[in-house]
Amino acid sequence: MSGSTTKAAKAYFGRRYALSASHRLHVDALTAEENRAAYGKCNNPHGHGHNYVVEVMVAGPVGSETGMVINLVDLDRVVNERVVERFDHRNLNLDPAFECKVPTTENFSLVLVEILRDALPEGSIEHLRIEETENNFFECCGD
Amino acid sequence: MIFLTRRATFSASHYYWNEAWTAEKNEAVFGRCANRNGHGHNYTLEVTVAGEPDAVTGFVVDLKWLKDVMEREVLAGFDHRHLNLEVEEFGQGKLIPTTENIAIVAWKRLEPAIRKAAGAQLSRVRVYETPEIFAEYRGGE
Repeated sequence: MSGSTTKAAKAYFGRRYALSASHRLHVDALTAEENRAAYGKCNNPHGHGHNYVVEVMVAGPVGSETGMVINLVDLDRVVNERVVERFDHRNLNLDPAFECKVPTTENFSLVLVEILRDALPEGSIEHLRIEETENNFFECCGD
Repeated sequence: MIFLTRRATFSASHYYWNEAWTAEKNEAVFGRCANRNGHGHNYTLEVTVAGEPDAVTGFVVDLKWLKDVMEREVLAGFDHRHLNLEVEEFGQGKLIPTTENIAIVAWKRLEPAIRKAAGAQLSRVRVYETPEIFAEYRGGE
């Protein structure tokens, strides 16, 4: 490969994954009325679901031999094994990650960053974004 | 500071191949993308410029002007082309036309035109290969 002018360039690679899951927003420390006031319909006792879109953006130098920040196949394997298989078509409240934590999408994004940080090259996550619906989305940085 | 983004689409074919590697290694690393007959995508190019709104026009840049710059610098050479065979930066033994490199090449084509003409600066180039796969370049090393 030539192209030496760009071989060390830092770029960003983003990938979007779909997963469907149910949750209920409820905190034991609050009264029934307080839960209702804080979470509204999301506090309904039997839960509800969303088609979540999880966007993972990885940052790093573009490999001079591959032209890639990260191989899509490797990223897919990590995210599918650790995130999609674990949370897709599940009830988030029953996952150990939410045993002591309310599964708001803010918290869900923090949980996923924590899971992926261990499995991807150190410092490579630029951001993780979860779209709960077409109109609501949440984003957190990788560090 | 305002960030203004314009989108455009182009359709192109490409394949991934590193001439320095064996066929086996190319196939192992690049999978189906190493098929030398090529394959294609409907790409989306997103160009973001940053600047202050002009006191008279209220524009960061004129969107029609930005559209024309994108058309002239990128789309005219990329749309309905085979990137490996018809775009100079991706010729044999040069850059592999990955989504990352397409974003970098688009930046390098756009940045001088935007710097020269506008009161704004190029902030970000994002290229979607599919709605689920994209790469971004923000300049620098």
